[in-house]
Amino acid sequence: MVAFIGRSLVQKIVTLFFVSVVSFLIIHIAPGEPSQVDPLNPKFTPEMVERFRQAFHLDQPLHVQYAYFYRDLLSGRTVSWKDSQPVLRKIWERFLNSLPLFIVGTLITWTISFPVGIHSAIFRGGAYDRSATFISYVLISVPGFFFAYILIIFVVNQFHVPVIGMETFGMGDSSWLFRVNDRLWHMLLPSILGATGGIAVLSRYVRSQMLEVEGQDFVRTARAKGLPWERVHYHHALRNALLPFVTMFGLILPGLIGGSVIIESIFSWPGLGRMAYEAILARDYPLILTINFIAAVLVLIGTLVSDLLYVIVDPRIRL
Amino acid sequence: MNPERTALPLQLEQPLAPKRTRLAEFWQLFRRNRLSLAGMIIFAFFFAIAAVGLVLTSGSHPIFDPSQVRLQEKLRPPLSAPLLESLKPEERPSLSLYLFGTDDLGRDVFARMLQGAWVSLTVGFVAVGISVAIGIILGGLAGFYGQQHIRLEQMLATAVLLAGAGFLAAGPWTAGLALLIIGLAWLVWSISPWGIGRRDAPHRLLRVLQIETLMVDTLIMRFVDIMLCFPSFFLILTVVALLPASIYNIMIVIGLTSWEGTTRFVRAEFLSLREQDFVGAARALGVGNLRIIFRHMMPNAIAPVLVSATIGIASAILTEAGLSFLGFGVPPPHATWGNILSDGKRFIFDAPWLTFIPGVAILIVVLSFNLFGEGLRDILNPKLRERHS
Repeated sequence: MVAFIGRSLVQKIVTLFFVSVVSFLIIHIAPGEPSQVDPLNPKFTPEMVERFRQAFHLDQPLHVQYAYFYRDLLSGRTVSWKDSQPVLRKIWERFLNSLPLFIVGTLITWTISFPVGIHSAIFRGGAYDRSATFISYVLISVPGFFFAYILIIFVVNQFHVPVIGMETFGMGDSSWLFRVNDRLWHMLLPSILGATGGIAVLSRYVRSQMLEVEGQDFVRTARAKGLPWERVHYHHALRNALLPFVTMFGLILPGLIGGSVIIESIFSWPGLGRMAYEAILARDYPLILTINFIAAVLVLIGTLVSDLLYVIVDPRIRL
Repeated sequence: MNPERTALPLQLEQPLAPKRTRLAEFWQLFRRNRLSLAGMIIFAFFFAIAAVGLVLTSGSHPIFDPSQVRLQEKLRPPLSAPLLESLKPEERPSLSLYLFGTDDLGRDVFARMLQGAWVSLTVGFVAVGISVAIGIILGGLAGFYGQQHIRLEQMLATAVLLAGAGFLAAGPWTAGLALLIIGLAWLVWSISPWGIGRRDAPHRLLRVLQIETLMVDTLIMRFVDIMLCFPSFFLILTVVALLPASIYNIMIVIGLTSWEGTTRFVRAEFLSLREQDFVGAARALGVGNLRIIFRHMMPNAIAPVLVSATIGIASAILTEAGLSFLGFGVPPPHATWGNILSDGKRFIFDAPWLTFIPGVAILIVVLSFNLFGEGLRDILNPKLRERHS
């Protein structure tokens, strides 16, 4: 076990090193320079550009820039090119904004997909199963931004509540109950949108996992013994079908950063995805690279955690 | 024994079971899956519309002109007739009807949708073509030649090649080109049967070059791991934003960032196929490696690739629409479904058709690809097949 952890840690660190090299190369070999972003700005005199290039080591060869950048990143001193704020603090602030969306979205995903998937597996081929299948295909196929606008129109027309942003502007002195209510309304739509794709994929996965277990011999034995069907389905089959999902706790970690760019831009939600989008627009390389680096770290930690969880829950796997 | 049978040996050559071609059997199974059938029909229909749309909207005097601006006719609802007296003859829409209404510049949304269909289709197919090609090549290499080691000289040759590419990008392109050619020739030579190591190396010093470093499989699969660490939409967005806006860049970037899945299961298929008896038999007959790969193994490994390619087209169309929506898509004069929707979002309460028509169109097309792909998966995987009595 310790040997396994040690080996995968080494492997993951090597992977992380190459990720850092590849992302650095992608950003710096692409045409265009951050010092040319705003050539019309009168403040951007050639001397300014030169000073800027020197301050951020842009006049050095690439491998020196690489060493400088990751030295700064690992010691937490990287600053954004746009406003000279420390990158890690900016990311942390935005992360705190994104976190509630992520938690609520994940909760919605898991609480809906499991009952739906299990139910359609038990009643395979029935009307419920067919319609659940079709709806999950629709949810996978609908473009997120289009669905967002449908929901916005619906909520605004039906309930007359504002949904854009994190809270309604100018409500600082109203009662806390009202403020909490306002916050919840604002959080609802982005969370639902973040959950749709997850619900569709996860419920299908639960269904197929459940079907696989239901076809195995021990379930037939349980049924042949004359056990009541609830006990067969929920006690014998379900417990074994749930096994692979324990590992998914590790795999949802990267979702913290990845998929929320479009949704956060639509709802003007000041979260990580939106900051990443703004950083890309402003060519704020330190910010882009740092977000990418953190995302890669999360992916690697996620796979490690899911491997370990697998070992813990499944006694058949030995290291 | 039936005496007639023995008297007619020719008849024994015929198969006794009713013979059905693979296609007929496939069709038999496919017809039962109504959703997938609907998906395929819509898919074919969309293909036809995109092709017709390309013809009708291109050229100097297209039948449906997607870029004709009529400011006095802006934001007309669908199915409304144009005000003929206010338009010059050449500005009139061909159907003398705005089938899908007009946008904020008075452009005919129907014509723009027709033009956008072709864009969505090409983005989907080209991006998936690129990713499937990379996936098959890398996955096949890892699966078939995975146990072979990379020799030190091959690493050196690759280093020369990369240095050449670096020089080429940095400026001194004659030196770069020379290094590129040297590296390429060296690599080809070292893979070819005459390279070092196939026979005994002539010299002691040259033997250093034969040191075996990494396995091919390790190299490729670690590369896949590295690529999987990038959050894909964020990576696509970054690269597309840095490159000059063009439809080809988008296709290439989507293709270059979505090949990991294909690589993984082509490798898995190849690993299991190469242990099977028919491959052993082919090898015993002296069939060459390339022929074994392309004639014997590839047809057996291609089914899951086809399925994931169909679903990949759907997700490429969605990605392109998302990029257009964020403003990084195909540059403006060209209409795509994503940027019609993105332009229309400002008028969502006054002109909802600008949001709903492209949105529903994307939904239907992507849905049809997904349903078709899932149907293919059920048919091509005998384990998932329901038993038909």
